[in-house]
Amino acid sequence: MNDQRSRFAKSARRLLRYGLLGLGASAMIGPFAWMLATSLTADAQLARVDAPLLPAPATAEPYGRLGEAFSFWRFTANSLALAVVSTVTQLATSATAGYAFSRLRFPGRDAVFVLYLATMMIPMQVIIVPLFIEMRHLGLVDSYAGLLLPTVVSSFGVFMLRQAFLALPKELDEAAYVDGAGHLRVFAQVLLPLVAPALATFAVFAFMASWNAFLWPLVIAQTEAHMTLPVGLSLLQGRYSTAWNVVMAGSTVSVLPILALYVFAQRYVIRGITFTGIKS
Amino acid sequence: MTASAPPPATPRPVTGTSATPGRRRASRRRLRTAAAAAAFLSPSLILLLGFWIGPMLGTAWMSLQDWNLLGVPSFVGLDNYRELAGDTEFYAALGHTVAYLAGYLPLVLVFGLAIALLLDTTLPAMTLFRATFFLPVISSWVAVSLLWKWLLNPADGLVNRILGVLGVPAPGWWTDPDWAMPSVVLASVWKDVGFVAVILLAGLQAVPHDLLEAAALDGAGWWRKLRSVTLPLLSPSLFFVTVISLINGFQVFDQVWVMTEGGPGGASSVVVEQIVNYAFSYGRVGYASAMSMLLFAVILLVTLVQLRLQRRWVHYE
Repeated sequence: MNDQRSRFAKSARRLLRYGLLGLGASAMIGPFAWMLATSLTADAQLARVDAPLLPAPATAEPYGRLGEAFSFWRFTANSLALAVVSTVTQLATSATAGYAFSRLRFPGRDAVFVLYLATMMIPMQVIIVPLFIEMRHLGLVDSYAGLLLPTVVSSFGVFMLRQAFLALPKELDEAAYVDGAGHLRVFAQVLLPLVAPALATFAVFAFMASWNAFLWPLVIAQTEAHMTLPVGLSLLQGRYSTAWNVVMAGSTVSVLPILALYVFAQRYVIRGITFTGIKS
Repeated sequence: MTASAPPPATPRPVTGTSATPGRRRASRRRLRTAAAAAAFLSPSLILLLGFWIGPMLGTAWMSLQDWNLLGVPSFVGLDNYRELAGDTEFYAALGHTVAYLAGYLPLVLVFGLAIALLLDTTLPAMTLFRATFFLPVISSWVAVSLLWKWLLNPADGLVNRILGVLGVPAPGWWTDPDWAMPSVVLASVWKDVGFVAVILLAGLQAVPHDLLEAAALDGAGWWRKLRSVTLPLLSPSLFFVTVISLINGFQVFDQVWVMTEGGPGGASSVVVEQIVNYAFSYGRVGYASAMSMLLFAVILLVTLVQLRLQRRWVHYE
């Protein structure tokens, strides 16, 4: 009897757990569903106060209007290109520096590494003003180079890859040296393939950071030719302050690529995000 | 910059015949290693110096100047800081930032912990649930802010339509000075709760099961186990997310810029928004830099204080 009661209590607890989780999950998915539903709603329906919740009939027309007032698709292409270039260059600068800190002995190594660690503490928000002035001196305000340059290096990426290299046994490179390989060969052909998981994790993190970045692009991009998707979205909202179907269509476009990345690389996304925290 | 690309190690002067071939080879290898280090390190080092460390020093230098981006900067000593000390608008922005944290931090921690506790089980479908809680985390602040601005639209937003059906009086959300900051807090908690949950979940999964079972055998109920076993063992993770949330919270900007633009009537203006306005709208670069330095000091202080406190109340096993 006692056994039966405890079994009942157990399934009641399980039911409660799933119930609460379901509630939480709907609170997460509901707003996204609303975003999608609004983006498929025609103007006429949106304007009615007593309008039904779901678009009837659904229309892709708001997506068609995205490009009307602004070069919306240009913003999207800019964001994509910047995210790819910034990810690839960050991987390159982080992996090479990570190799130097983990495998090479040179005078002042520890001091330089501490300098890298200290840089992790600097938030973009604090350096935004001098950074802008520097770009003005370099003639890079409102240019791709200006958008890109502060994001092609990451002290956090250096740290992460250094740790990954340190986890590999030294015997690997020593064997390669005996065979007559130089540093470049050891780095590129022996060690780099072995830190692929760390590279993937950091790549996902870097891609998302660039794709979602707002403050720096807001400050440095001044014409539509160089604006990114988040900046364009905020413009869109200023222009269509009542046409929420168009604004939600733009938001949906901005969420989709990241969602796709998430579906294909969930493990790395979670790891990458968990590392975001460590970065701060 | 003494820390720039490390100079090649100066090989020990080789004195004629006394140098054995072995030593010469060793010094040549050291030289080659140093050259390799310079080559491997210089890309990241030059970029970090140029676009992060340099500007950080630039913020400090510029905070002592009066400059409108046009003429020549003129040195004014601590005048900017003195002006800041009497700037009620800045105090208001600082106050709103703290108010944001006061609302955001407890909510995101409590809900994050609750979700982590719910997810900490071997029952099926947990990966799927975890994935849904993570959706807002990977979306951009701008997209999330726009979404919530629409959800909380006073006239025809979904939230007020639901409240209307329930017969609950519907607030004006981001159009109402009293509700602007709560609106921002709501959107922020929704976006970040999955992040907090995933970090805490990792901590929970490291709590040894035999300890919980021992507590259960001693007759401890759910609440007692949570308070006396789980939470103390979870304290490093809790501490970690608290520090991150505090540091990020002081830099709150994107969601405020998109949802309220600091309004209505400055009711939700925050520190970073003031920096951006002073630098890029009012052209007072020196003054904006003084604000940046203050923000940096606060962030540094939080980090140091937390590191101190950590020793006192965090249990490491």
